[in-house]
Amino acid sequence: MSSEKIDVRYVAKLARIALTDEEVERFGAQLGDLLGHVNVLSELDTASVPATAQVVESRNVEREDSVGPVLDRETVLSMAPQRQGPFFRVPRIIAEEG
Amino acid sequence: MARDVVRMTASEVAKAVNGRDVSAEEVTQAVLQHVDAVDDRVGAYLTRLHDLARAYARKVDERVRAGEKLPLAGVPLAVKDNMCLEGTRTTAGSKILEQWIAPYTGTAVQRMLDAGAVPIGKANLDEFAMGSSCENSALGTTRNPYDLSRVPGGSSGGSVAAVAAYEAAIGMGSDTGGSIREPAAFCNTVGFKPTYGRVSRYGLIAFASSLDQIGPLTRTVEDAALAYEAMAGHDRMDSTSIDRPVEKASTALRSDLKGLRIGIVKQFVTEKLGAQTHALYQQAYSDLERLGATLVEVELPTADYGLATYYLIAPAECSSNLARFDGVRYGLRVEGADVGAMYEATRAAGFGAEVKRRILIGTYALSSGYYDAYYVKAQKARTMFANDFKRAFASCDLIASPAASSPAFAFNAKSDPYSMYMMDYYTIPMSLAGLPALSVPCGWITPEGPSTGSGQARPMPMGLQLAAPLFEEVKLLAAAHAYEQGTQHASKCHPEISR
Repeated sequence: MSSEKIDVRYVAKLARIALTDEEVERFGAQLGDLLGHVNVLSELDTASVPATAQVVESRNVEREDSVGPVLDRETVLSMAPQRQGPFFRVPRIIAEEG
Repeated sequence: MARDVVRMTASEVAKAVNGRDVSAEEVTQAVLQHVDAVDDRVGAYLTRLHDLARAYARKVDERVRAGEKLPLAGVPLAVKDNMCLEGTRTTAGSKILEQWIAPYTGTAVQRMLDAGAVPIGKANLDEFAMGSSCENSALGTTRNPYDLSRVPGGSSGGSVAAVAAYEAAIGMGSDTGGSIREPAAFCNTVGFKPTYGRVSRYGLIAFASSLDQIGPLTRTVEDAALAYEAMAGHDRMDSTSIDRPVEKASTALRSDLKGLRIGIVKQFVTEKLGAQTHALYQQAYSDLERLGATLVEVELPTADYGLATYYLIAPAECSSNLARFDGVRYGLRVEGADVGAMYEATRAAGFGAEVKRRILIGTYALSSGYYDAYYVKAQKARTMFANDFKRAFASCDLIASPAASSPAFAFNAKSDPYSMYMMDYYTIPMSLAGLPALSVPCGWITPEGPSTGSGQARPMPMGLQLAAPLFEEVKLLAAAHAYEQGTQHASKCHPEISR
């Protein structure tokens, strides 16, 4: 089975993971190899087969729109790597006008 | 105390504690002492819960003294570290959650505690349950109690090692493609994955949500039935949990297999596993017959497409589930110049190689232009698995097969990811179809080739997988009990770690 070329840097960007050059090289080869294995699926004739997302039949599950027991705000915020008062603190999101 | 409480099964402990022959506190103290004596070598636990265990044990004793009968009174429990237990470090075996303290308790864990189980520790696992040997844990090494130079299997490797080494009577595991059944086979234990949705996933750190299922690891089928009854049942906190009654399994256990038709899958050719393994499974099948079952050949034409289907669906779901680890609300953060750089640096430092590989392959399979060719195609293949099993179960009650492709292997033996994935060849089809399935000990094999450990090769346990149609857990456990009692394989060898 031929190995497929996969643009690891682009996929890692989508996945928000910084990779080293060594990882790009190694994962590129490994993922190409794995894609070679999963490509056997193309042998299956699925033209008339519906897709299954979940095997155990279940319908939309609804509940009453009422407040139940939830974690309190202080508990949740105390887990944050950085906070500012009642907020999660993150680095700058919008770049300054250049 | 003349009896060795550490080696008692869950059912024996519960009986003794309910009957006030021994207190939960005494059992807990003995087990904690044993853990402190052996776990530096086994490495089953990432966190030992001495204080919490004693506190729970005292509570159990109070309830028993007040007249309550608890199905798991005083039973020592290992909790896989991808399950939340309030106030305890819950790491998923990952650096990204290394210091995270769970602020709540998951439903399945809570139900075990309500039934009287005592949490001894949080057990090691492959990072985010991704692996088949426990070697992908970023936080510790777990060894196989039957040969410390070999892996315990995975991903529920810590839970299974704890049970095999008498560091717990019940281990809670999670199974996405075989993560309960394969380690059970490697460590001479019973590992049971109920029907998808039978056990609530609330409080289980998600890997692949359409496949993940919690279940027990135990030393006997009876204990698996007791644990299942305690943890299963509908939960409004998990919208995929099944709303139907959980039939009692522990009182329906059988001593023979009369009247049962057991399917042997034509495509699961055991010859290719080597002469020794082939002979062992042929013996297991003929033992099923000797115990009264009728063997029938069934077809699973899609068998060889299981790995391909699984290694698209599971990574796709994991890439989406693990997006939540971004350094903002909890867990590790590595600073960066802007928010994007912070995400990328956090995830680069926090995730191990296997987790990165699976996130990448999943992201690729879901990305624009590839979605239909990979993800949708795999979901269609999944339908074919469900249909194949429906056809097979028209002519049989249960299906028997190997639980894993080999006995437990040595550390670092599977360097190429795909050879590790092959370990789950026999368990993945059942996962794709959501079926209840278990592994029960079926004999011993002395692995060929030089031992990497203490010189001479030790016999290693093997597992027989039995699978049933959706919701047929009672029939499955009843039959497994008959096979276990009629063969008695588990008691033939003892762990290298013994008291």
